[in-house]
Amino acid sequence: MKREKKADEKGMRHIISILMENEAGALSRVAGLFSARGYNIESLTVAPTEDVTLSRMTVVTRGSDEIIEQITKQLNKLVDVVKLVDLTEGPHIEREMLMIKVRTSSSDSREEVKRLADIFRGRIIDVTATSYTIELTGAGDKLDAFINAFEKTPILETVRSGVSGISRGAKNLHI
Amino acid sequence: MKLTGADILTHFLADEGVEFLFGYPGGAVLHIYDAIDRQEHIKHILVRHEQAATHAADGYARSTGKPGVVLVTSGPGATNAVTGIATAYMDSIPMVVITGQVPTNLIGNDAFQEVDAVGITRPCVKHNFLVKDVRDLTSTLKKAFYVATTGRPGPVVVDIPKDVTADSADYVYPKEITMRSYNPVVKGHGGQIKKAVKLMAAAKRPMFYTGGGVILDNAHKELAQLAKKLNAPVTNTSMGLGGFPASDKLFVGMLGMHGTYEANMAISNCDLMIAIGARFDDRVTGNIEKFAPQAKIIHVDIDPASISKNVKVNVPIVGSVSDVIKSLLREIKASDFKPNKTAMKEWWQQINEWRAVDCLSYKTDGDKIKPQFALEMLYNITKGDAYVTSDVGQHQMWAAQYYRFDKPRRWINSGGLGTMGFGLPAAMGVQLAFPDATVACVTGEGSIQMNIQELSSCMQHNLPIKIVCLNNGFLGMVRQWQEFFYDERYSHSYMDSLPDFVKLAEAYGHVGIQVTKPEDVEAAMKEAFKLKNRLVFLDILTDPEENVYPMVPAGAGLDEMILI
Repeated sequence: MKREKKADEKGMRHIISILMENEAGALSRVAGLFSARGYNIESLTVAPTEDVTLSRMTVVTRGSDEIIEQITKQLNKLVDVVKLVDLTEGPHIEREMLMIKVRTSSSDSREEVKRLADIFRGRIIDVTATSYTIELTGAGDKLDAFINAFEKTPILETVRSGVSGISRGAKNLHI
Repeated sequence: MKLTGADILTHFLADEGVEFLFGYPGGAVLHIYDAIDRQEHIKHILVRHEQAATHAADGYARSTGKPGVVLVTSGPGATNAVTGIATAYMDSIPMVVITGQVPTNLIGNDAFQEVDAVGITRPCVKHNFLVKDVRDLTSTLKKAFYVATTGRPGPVVVDIPKDVTADSADYVYPKEITMRSYNPVVKGHGGQIKKAVKLMAAAKRPMFYTGGGVILDNAHKELAQLAKKLNAPVTNTSMGLGGFPASDKLFVGMLGMHGTYEANMAISNCDLMIAIGARFDDRVTGNIEKFAPQAKIIHVDIDPASISKNVKVNVPIVGSVSDVIKSLLREIKASDFKPNKTAMKEWWQQINEWRAVDCLSYKTDGDKIKPQFALEMLYNITKGDAYVTSDVGQHQMWAAQYYRFDKPRRWINSGGLGTMGFGLPAAMGVQLAFPDATVACVTGEGSIQMNIQELSSCMQHNLPIKIVCLNNGFLGMVRQWQEFFYDERYSHSYMDSLPDFVKLAEAYGHVGIQVTKPEDVEAAMKEAFKLKNRLVFLDILTDPEENVYPMVPAGAGLDEMILI
């Protein structure tokens, strides 16, 4: 089957930003499209924009040039989609936020965690007698590196926001 | 003017110019049915199963070009409609389906006859809406018709909870609507048009491959002009039949799995393919690696997502088919376009050699009725001018091969989804739209039983459809594949215990005629078509072992056909 072959091809990573009508069901249209056509989603984030009638969705996906072309065409075909851009086609900034809760039962481990957070420019946002919670923003690989840096400190919980992105320069995704 | 939601709906449909509403009542739509009873503009056509309502609306839409409109209740009403919605979606047919829904305060409560109609239909509609407030009803309905009928057409579902049909709001018919998120492209890109004409001028073996888009956009006249300018052969997909006259000498027949030898060979050998309103479906291309290996491809389509989906093309042109063909004709006129006469002579010589194979000839057998013969007879007796709806299977392919359509919108079949049970209800929609026209439903004993209950609707609404049932006692297409590819193990393809179709037709109040001998086919058909005001069920017992040829086996290239 051609589609299975398509889905197996890893291909390049793309960040697609979508402006869509802020209506019930809009998210399920996008999610449904990806599952029905066998496209993969690495992450998906969505929130209203400064114009409350519009949502902005960021989808990170992988595929050959042909598949990415189909994905953008099929997304554009959704009646709720107002506009979209493949951010990876030009210079862009991507950010993801991580919150990580680690066990800090000794003063040594508290010191170590504080040092690590400083090195990565993270912020400690919650403290208890036995745990620290750190917030860190950056590209995905920076967050990965931060998580991997906790060799000795037990990780209690992590949560990542998924990728958001914006193009560099004055170019913008707006209506 | 303040109206209830139910009255807003009927007023809106009347203002939108809707003639027929195909439907079936139920709890969630009772207010709407009460409103229907209060008005005289729209005629409601009561069916016997919601699937038939959608197919009838579909047949109406395919034959008239106007959107078909359906009204069903919540829950099972909506789920029964899904097959018809998916059928229309695959073939890009404009349709608006109103589904009733449980009251807003019960949504999500697993209420009686509740399903998430918007969720269930989402993958098989162009778009759908849930109306939660009566004040949004009019604009939502307008959007639904606008989306269904523009761009690449398709079905749109509007789910209306019962309380919304009881609440009141002001009603003013909106003449126009704009949607910032939906603006289909009409005009083709000028630069692409120029590139396309350059390729046409350089071509030695050009070929048109056209589909349902030509019919949907009423572009048959423009297509004929363009084909004549190039003097190039034209092949149609099953959805595209009638988009170019079958009796024209440029026509080489249908292409694909059961296409003609000349069409499939021409595709395999052309050096330029001009694809118009077609989508390179797998039943058309066969093995995609072997499809039109020597051709540069120009692809005209209103849907950008159809372009370079299955086959990479050289010159994509996004736009309405009729508009783009007009631009191509203008550009041809403006440039010093001359077809290569010597090359074209050689190309036609080659095509005529393929034609001489006469791939649609079939062996006659004294005492068995050949299905091909029955369809040739249908063509002759209706003078090639009937509306022909079909179900799905062997009879569908034979009808496509042997009923030579000269006009668009005459061949009504479920091409994309391949929905058995489509033919009879679709014929109802056609006959309602054209009460005086000859409407034939070509079917088989398998397909007809999937919506046989509509014989009752045909009686109620006085629809004199002629059912041509090619009864071979087998699910023929399944049987054919089992013969070719499963060592003749006919697993569950034999329909034992068939009803007496003559008596069945009579039980519903119609006329039934059974034909068992080849020499009786003509007289029986003549008799049937003479009965202008009656539905006639022609039960024609055909050769059970006949196969559809040519056939491109799955995985083979178009030039690797099995001929008889």
